[in-house]
Amino acid sequence: MKRERNVKQKRKRKGMRDHPAEGRFVNILIGGEAGQGLQTAGAIFAKSLVRSGFSIHVTQTYESRVRGGHNTFSIRIGSEKVLAGQEAIDILIALNEETIDLHLKELTKHGLIIGDGEWKRKETNWIGLPFKEFREKTYWNTACIGVGAGLIGLDEQVVAKGIEDTFGKERSEENLKILKTSYHWLKEQAFEWKKLPDIPKPIKRLVMNGHEAIALGAISAGLKFCAFYPMSPSTSIAQTLIDYAKDMDLVIEQAEDEIAAINMAIGASFTGAPSLVPTSGGGFALMVEAVSLAAITETPVVIVIGQRPGPATGLATRTEQGELWFALNAGHGEFPRAIFAPGTIEECFYLTRKAFELAEKYQGPMFVLTDHFLADSYGDIEPIDVSTLSSVRPGGDPSSVKAPYLRYRITKNGISPRLLPGLSKHLVIADSHEHSEGGHLTENLSIRPKMVDKRLRKGDGIRSEVIPPDFQGDKKADILLISWGSTKGAVEEAAIQLRSEKKRVATLHFSQVWPLIPDQFTKHLEQSKQVICVEGNATGQLSQLIRRETGFVIKKRILRYDGLPITSQYILHHL
Amino acid sequence: MVEIKDYGEYKTAWCPGCGNFPLLNTVKKALVKRELEPHQVLFVAGIGQAAKTPHYLNANLFNGLHGRAIPVATGAKLTNPGLVVIAESGDGCIYSEGGNHFLTAIRRNIDITLLVHNNQVYGLTKGQASPTSDQGLITKAQPEGVQNSPFNPLAIAIAMHAGFVARGYVGLEDHLVEILVQAIGHRGFSLVDILQPCVSFNRVNTYQWYKDRCKPLLPSYDPTDWEAAIRLSQQWGDEIPVGVIYRNEKPSFEEHFSALRKGPLVGQELERGRLVKIMETYT
Repeated sequence: MKRERNVKQKRKRKGMRDHPAEGRFVNILIGGEAGQGLQTAGAIFAKSLVRSGFSIHVTQTYESRVRGGHNTFSIRIGSEKVLAGQEAIDILIALNEETIDLHLKELTKHGLIIGDGEWKRKETNWIGLPFKEFREKTYWNTACIGVGAGLIGLDEQVVAKGIEDTFGKERSEENLKILKTSYHWLKEQAFEWKKLPDIPKPIKRLVMNGHEAIALGAISAGLKFCAFYPMSPSTSIAQTLIDYAKDMDLVIEQAEDEIAAINMAIGASFTGAPSLVPTSGGGFALMVEAVSLAAITETPVVIVIGQRPGPATGLATRTEQGELWFALNAGHGEFPRAIFAPGTIEECFYLTRKAFELAEKYQGPMFVLTDHFLADSYGDIEPIDVSTLSSVRPGGDPSSVKAPYLRYRITKNGISPRLLPGLSKHLVIADSHEHSEGGHLTENLSIRPKMVDKRLRKGDGIRSEVIPPDFQGDKKADILLISWGSTKGAVEEAAIQLRSEKKRVATLHFSQVWPLIPDQFTKHLEQSKQVICVEGNATGQLSQLIRRETGFVIKKRILRYDGLPITSQYILHHL
Repeated sequence: MVEIKDYGEYKTAWCPGCGNFPLLNTVKKALVKRELEPHQVLFVAGIGQAAKTPHYLNANLFNGLHGRAIPVATGAKLTNPGLVVIAESGDGCIYSEGGNHFLTAIRRNIDITLLVHNNQVYGLTKGQASPTSDQGLITKAQPEGVQNSPFNPLAIAIAMHAGFVARGYVGLEDHLVEILVQAIGHRGFSLVDILQPCVSFNRVNTYQWYKDRCKPLLPSYDPTDWEAAIRLSQQWGDEIPVGVIYRNEKPSFEEHFSALRKGPLVGQELERGRLVKIMETYT
């Protein structure tokens, strides 16, 4: 039976009158099946919020399938900087009924549920949209976003612009009609929900997700070549590069397998193109021999590992911080490397740039660890002026080199001047065998230790450029929270909460997890009453590494490995 | 004017009488005939006795991992299409460890020349069967004789309409030089499967064995005739046809990249203005 809709009927929900949104932030979760247009609608919503001056953090979850299953897109909104996602939901937008059953227990006391009026839910905070009014199923997502945006007071024109920017003016007509209808319908219901504050002069900010930031950072650093094999969550890095390949003159190639991808990148880099290879744990496993190839041939290459739960296929579309030790040790033989683990969208951009700089300077493989959560998280960041940023210029000046050119000339800092093949009469010889200074394979064992030492000596330079872990808060804290990678925001938020409860809290966050320089941080471990390491894995990999490098034993760990990201709620719950 | 001495002379790690010696000579001769100077050429090799060949002449060289010459060559060619890129390795490296890359090079039609030293055995690792060993070949690792039917690289390449497919034999040096000259000059992927004896580990396919069987194609043979080519590719045994068996012209892989139309990737300046515009789309 179709629910009657009385125009102009004011409906006042029990307990909702004049009730503000929970806390300082509003958390909206959109849930539905794959294929319902959840991500598209969510992205438009998120951008509209930032354009209106709000800060956001988006967390996405989805299953390893193309249709059906259960997917979510949550947007946490604030007028101050939003650091991380949150489990508790203020507005639940359900594109299918299953979403409600799955997330009911996360709803805050005054949380709202928006869905299809036909479902006839009994919850007190239920808003059933008359979906038949909103035409076909294709536009349900727009209708729900319209109602959600209207509820929190977003300007309809801002959302309309977001729709036009996404679909283009010609293909937006239907969506814009639906948007208008949903705003109109909402006005008629006259629900009372505290609107977000009006921000008269929104500062211009960028909205992007972690892997878009990685790709853009790479381009800004001078990337020219990328080879990849599609694998969740890292395909999006390659796809972003592909989208800009024509404009930025890039060669992006889908390889026949991961072994081909990394070897192609090494070939490209050897010949003078800064190269990147995005992959995930299982794909990286196939690349490991080539990591050692890059090391011994001293060829720059940046490898981005988007971590997800393993071993083997694991949970393809979930998140974990499980490959720290793998990235640390991958590649037979002994050679130096650097591993970055960005904790924010900005760090994705800037640390990828740093990885390219180090790869070229120290002529070897460098790593950036992201994870599924960070890959798909949208956030708002300050605009980046790329016109002033430096970029990598491979290869040295051939005229400054005397013949015969020695590709692996032994030098004080271990770095040999690198020429590129074909650009001058000098011949460039690189070899996966142990080799002489000239590059040819050698069985002369007296050369061997010299070459090993030379390569390891480059590690001194890498160590001199380590980005120290970020320490915030009380130098003599009762609690020191240690973290790495994408948990940065959640840990900061937990610390803020604890400080508001008058606890003396400090945080120590590692955005570069290798090398570690104990002098940069051991005093913080020693000066804090209780040290807790927060990680998204089962064995506390960073805490193990800290112990190895410093001897310090971290007795308490907060670990999460159910495939979901760490939130401040999770941390506080497990303290 | 390039001369053969520009390509140097090196002491090798090969056994006396190895088929690699004449093979190396033909490669140098072909490069000279094409008037290529050492710095204009990049050899990319895998691992094996064959893969050592480019160490023994003057040129740019990337000696990579077993089975992985082709992807490195592909990345190099895409970065600087101005380089003449020659991937050179053995039958085990290219057809076994690197099988997927062999297929994909054909599919891409990347402009590299692939020289496969096909001695039907694994030399460097001391005598195991290779993918091209004839059935029944007895080795230490296959004491009851090779069970697998051999890999037929020419048939695969022709079936996939590869742009240039040839077979040569080191005992027919001038003939092989001519094949190499054409292969290097061909625009797109060229395969030259080069038969050679392994004097240490293959007691069946010897110089005499090949001499009795290898027959150069007649001048009247039309390599653009696909049906003739696919039939020829099935011929092995008492008669082994050698020469350019199939060729067809088609666009090479690098040609479709707009980034390469303005020149090699190496040395291109970052277009910051365009990147600024791209960043704007994220507001």
